Amino acid sequence: MAEALVSVTINGRRHALWGEETEVLLTVLRDRLGLTGTKNGCEVGHCGACAVWVDGLPQLACLTLLGSVADRTVTTVEGLAGWWRTLNGNDAYHPLQTAFVDNGAVQCGFCTPGMLMAGAALVRDRPGATAEAVRESLAGHLCRCTGYEQIVRAVLDVAAREEDPA
Amino acid sequence: MTVPTAERITAPATRLAGPRIDAWAKVTGQALYADDIRWPNLAYGVLLRSPHAHARIVSMDLEPARRMPGVLAVLAGPGSVAPYGIMPSTQDEHALAVNKVVHVGEPVAAIAAETREAAAAAARAAAVQYAVIKPVLRPGPGKGQVEPVHPEHPQGNLFKQVDLEFGEVEAAFFDSWVREDSFFYQGNNHGAMEPHAAVAYWTPDGQVEIVTSTQTPHYVQRELSRALGIPAYKIRVRASVVGGGFGGKSEAFGHEVAAVLLSRACGRPVKITLTREEVFYTHRGRHPVSMRVRTAWNPAGELQAMDFRSELDGGAYSSYGIATTYYTGALQPVTYRIPAYRFHGERWYTTKPPCGPKRGHGTTQPRALVEIHLDRVARALGLDPLELRRRNLTPPHSITVNQLEVTTSGLAECLDAVEAMSDWRARRLQPEPNRGLGVACSAYLSGAGLPIYWNPLPHSGVRMAVNRDGGVQVFCGLTDIGQGADTVLAVLTAHALGLDPARIRVHTADTGSTPVDLGSYSSRVTMMAGHAVLMAAERMAALVTEAVAARQGVALGEVRREQEGFWGADGVIAWEQAVQWAEAAHGPLTTFGGYTPPPPIGRYKGSGVGPSPTYSFSACVADVSVDPVTGQVAVHRLWVAHDLGQPLHPSLVEGQVRGGVVMGLGEALMEEQAFNPDGRHRGPHFLGYRMPTILDVPPIEVALVGEPDPRGPLGAKEVGQGPLNPVIPAVLNAISAAAGVDLSETPATPDRILRALKTQPQRRTI
Repeated sequence: MAEALVSVTINGRRHALWGEETEVLLTVLRDRLGLTGTKNGCEVGHCGACAVWVDGLPQLACLTLLGSVADRTVTTVEGLAGWWRTLNGNDAYHPLQTAFVDNGAVQCGFCTPGMLMAGAALVRDRPGATAEAVRESLAGHLCRCTGYEQIVRAVLDVAAREEDPA
Repeated sequence: MTVPTAERITAPATRLAGPRIDAWAKVTGQALYADDIRWPNLAYGVLLRSPHAHARIVSMDLEPARRMPGVLAVLAGPGSVAPYGIMPSTQDEHALAVNKVVHVGEPVAAIAAETREAAAAAARAAAVQYAVIKPVLRPGPGKGQVEPVHPEHPQGNLFKQVDLEFGEVEAAFFDSWVREDSFFYQGNNHGAMEPHAAVAYWTPDGQVEIVTSTQTPHYVQRELSRALGIPAYKIRVRASVVGGGFGGKSEAFGHEVAAVLLSRACGRPVKITLTREEVFYTHRGRHPVSMRVRTAWNPAGELQAMDFRSELDGGAYSSYGIATTYYTGALQPVTYRIPAYRFHGERWYTTKPPCGPKRGHGTTQPRALVEIHLDRVARALGLDPLELRRRNLTPPHSITVNQLEVTTSGLAECLDAVEAMSDWRARRLQPEPNRGLGVACSAYLSGAGLPIYWNPLPHSGVRMAVNRDGGVQVFCGLTDIGQGADTVLAVLTAHALGLDPARIRVHTADTGSTPVDLGSYSSRVTMMAGHAVLMAAERMAALVTEAVAARQGVALGEVRREQEGFWGADGVIAWEQAVQWAEAAHGPLTTFGGYTPPPPIGRYKGSGVGPSPTYSFSACVADVSVDPVTGQVAVHRLWVAHDLGQPLHPSLVEGQVRGGVVMGLGEALMEEQAFNPDGRHRGPHFLGYRMPTILDVPPIEVALVGEPDPRGPLGAKEVGQGPLNPVIPAVLNAISAAAGVDLSETPATPDRILRALKTQPQRRTI
């Protein structure tokens, strides 16, 4: 275990973080940087609430060590809209955020950040994804409130629009 | 008449039922759950917990913990100045264990430090010596000399026994056809995604501020007052944004008391956040219940009498146990007409994490047995199980044998709906191998008729203020735990005042600034806070309308609304203008509303559990296959019909129905809070405790039926808990139909199904 200066870009901003390389990304985000949008539901990789993007791919922050994100980019739910705006040069929220609001996909909201990060990666990488693909990609994310249906609906809604921007 | 959800979405009772008001905060990461809160100079607390189910604390050396770096305070038991508990008559908990521990995970010491890691390291340094005692793992008097869980408790491990009898039970059994069945319903956990957390501060002037993930700030305030020995008015309890409750956050917990005491000890605010493992030890989940039912029938297939016995495994403390015990006998007569009814319930202490209320509180377990039993009766009588139920429904606008008043009932329509949606008759006429259908009904309270502690005060209060800016402030103690209570409050206010919901700002769940609402339990919030807010809004509308009439010099009856404002002689009077006239006349505009449920009819001991202003009704049909080789169950589809009177907010309603159904599916098939012979939890994590993932959920078709209930706000009844109950027996009945064998316990895991297939002669399926 070594202490090191880790350079990591989080939600578009570069941070130089001094710490144990084995420090868990989830606590770095929540406790050190105050990015509490990423949730801690089980801290051992079972529930999916802490999913963030590392270099654009969904990853569980509770199983990610600080040393492993050196010189990489991390995107959290707080940065999702910013990522979308940079990509599209507009001032909108990510369409999946809007779709979650409109489809009743949010109840207690604790699983929501993880669901959003997994769902947003899916609609980016697989426009026009089927319901089966959506369910498969969200299988590692527990939700106790919704019964999942409204979440699938929201993701499908955006996946269909991403395929056919008209 | 059946109206599918999709059609109802276009016709909510309330005007402008838009998205839930907290949705944007939750999709942008802005919503602050308790563990997200950081107060200046915050310290972090952890609890040192017992590794043993039953042990005497021989010695405790906390000095090594005190010497660890960053440690600010170390406390040992009892912590609380008096035993506390949610039910005033059975207060048996302390924040930290004193002489002995009675379940794995019971807190014995509390440590505050600069960081969570430092506090955890200090906890590991503490040296506690235990003398292990034989654990008590089963309810009942037990064999041989085993030390009772609470040696000072007068009845050994028997926590409570209750007996009720209504009508001529023995006579009915004497000359009728009788059947008896038994069942064991396994315990399970709420599994709310957010672990409990609390931030507490003992201020320099001796006030307590606590923000906690709770469903019941008012009850937490009362319990803290007792546990800390200070007046309730000095304690301000606020609920954070709550990441799911389901009953698991409905009382004060040791970590809340400990956070306050650590704060007093170190002079800084202290936060304690439970790990997932600790949540399984804190528990208060569904009681494991062993049940037996006997029923008497006439030749027409009409129920003549029921004798129901339940034995609850309560775990180490009382929690809501008295209420739970009565609830296992309370609602059987609300679903079906039972002319004579006997109930015997007993709850036992065991050395396991305490059980308490979980969605369906105490009614879910007996519902499972009653519905399984009805299927077996139907089989014996040669009747379609749906038909047998139809012959025995409790009629609307009637009084049950146990003195509960039923108003509207859409249960017959619920059965019609699930029969039609599932194509019940055609499917049963042409069964496929190893595949079957099952049906079940249920009923649930729309709010408990009595509070936890006796008092004649309103169960829910609302204070409403309208400012000269035209905005409306609504203050109510209700707590949004994810079900959307804040949104219902805003939507009802907007509806009643004829305003854009954007004008409404709700302030809730704060004992320091809102009138009391008893909390988010017993499906009471829409019913009770709904009535209270409608009353406050009606009074506010009257104040403003009177001011308009006075200024215009017209009679009150001649004032007409125009969009958000009013018709005036010289054009439209804006809402803001009308409000300012009213404020000029009356001073700052404030009104209040309150709601107290109708008094229960019953006058017997135990009659306080079961009464409600009105009841919701549900029915479910399940279509499942069972693999006879592996014992695996595949649920192909679920059809659910629910009578909630008039829906107020379609997407919230749909969320409650679907969420409840999927939670029921988990209880039926996979979830169990089970323990090893030494009293350790078999898997206090989400791999060991399996809950439904998105891939476990079949298509679910939902129908909302029923008529507006005269007792509900705008005709609404409950939806938060009812839809869970029929799912479990519907799935179990379908498994029985598919596999041709009967299960005698939940959950219906492959090993249990294979055991039934091996040990029972297989019926020919229908």
